[in-house]
Amino acid sequence: MIALLLRDLRLAVRAGGGFGLGLAFFLLVAVLVPLGIGPEPSLLARIAPGILWVGALLACLLSLDRIFALDREDGSLDLLATSPIPMEGVVAVKALAHWLVTGLPLALAAPGLAVMLQLPGGHGWLAISLALGTPALSMIGTFGAALTVGLKRGGLLLSLLVLPLYVPTLIFGAEVARRGAMGMELGTPLALLAAITGGTLALLPFAAALAVRINLR
Amino acid sequence: MIKAPERSGAFFFPPAWASALRMELIVENLSCARGGVIVLEGVSFRLAAGRALVLRGPNGAGKTTLLRTIAGLQHAAGGTISLPPDTIAYAAHADGLKPTLTVAENLTFWARIYGRGIGDTLDRMNLAGLADRPAMNLSAGQKRRLGLARLLVAGRPVWLLDEPTVSLDTEAVALFASVTRDHLAAGGMALIATHIDLGLETEVLDLSAFRARPRIAGGFDEAFA
Repeated sequence: MIALLLRDLRLAVRAGGGFGLGLAFFLLVAVLVPLGIGPEPSLLARIAPGILWVGALLACLLSLDRIFALDREDGSLDLLATSPIPMEGVVAVKALAHWLVTGLPLALAAPGLAVMLQLPGGHGWLAISLALGTPALSMIGTFGAALTVGLKRGGLLLSLLVLPLYVPTLIFGAEVARRGAMGMELGTPLALLAAITGGTLALLPFAAALAVRINLR
Repeated sequence: MIKAPERSGAFFFPPAWASALRMELIVENLSCARGGVIVLEGVSFRLAAGRALVLRGPNGAGKTTLLRTIAGLQHAAGGTISLPPDTIAYAAHADGLKPTLTVAENLTFWARIYGRGIGDTLDRMNLAGLADRPAMNLSAGQKRRLGLARLLVAGRPVWLLDEPTVSLDTEAVALFASVTRDHLAAGGMALIATHIDLGLETEVLDLSAFRARPRIAGGFDEAFA
């Protein structure tokens, strides 16, 4: 499984692998929003947590269809299905690789962008909320990718399937970031965010593995 | 002359095979479905250790479907297969290569998936000179050879080969035949769907005899079977 993780990470950083694509998109969203809304600091500060969370959500979405589609095209997925690694493990590793390439860089870059968007404080909480929430985004996205793996150009369908499932993570993630910025008590949304991520990571590998197996037939 | 086990020792003859040596692939009354439609029924054959069986049949006869069913990628619509999927290495039409990884990286990845090393496999498949070349710069035949090298690092006794010689030149076909002969001599088995004579001592199974009348599989729900 470590071999699979290392391969996926290596593929991501090689030419055309898409590493940094999500991050660049995230940066662009954060740069474009003040240009569209106007440079009023108080307004920007108020919407910054939401903007950054929605940006992270969309950035995660960008690379989802690559998770299984490429392996399906070159036959790797069939061969992995007949290998000693259980499909649940394959799916979990794919989600982890997606998070390391997409979610983690977003969480690390977010405080810098928050400064740009005039967020008064709580940059740490913003990063923590993203670090805690993006694993769920990757796992849910991997599940969506597993459902659409057999389809040609399933990208749009994948987005439609996955975005509604992102809602709880978005609500509580953005709430943690907002309360953090205003210096309010944030234990409850933080616990709920962690619970959503925990539950997602515990259950969805099995669902996604089943979906892949069905789609391989 | 059985020379393969001596040449590569433990690499070619993993301990997991000890039981496989007395194994036999017995397929009884197997029915295979493709897209919810039964295409083959009543397929029965036995394949003893050290033997190879060539599948013949016109396009669409169900050769790939049969191989995928035995490999465990599809559920059988009926019948039994004596060996579990974890004794089987399956080589499909696609080789499972990543274009941006080098030849050695591709092969090492598959070897590690099976928990093994690549040993002298690159030499045996005549790929050593290409080890550091990205797979995207390989010719079709070289890619195929790399795809078949995966069988050697998988270390599994039963090879299921789906048109293994496509895009190989005569030299590479001979190389592949000799590798397969070594595998059989070491107690392996091979089930090969091919139209080319590999020069191996094989039995032939013509699948057109098992062709099912096209009908929807009874009670077979494609999504949840």
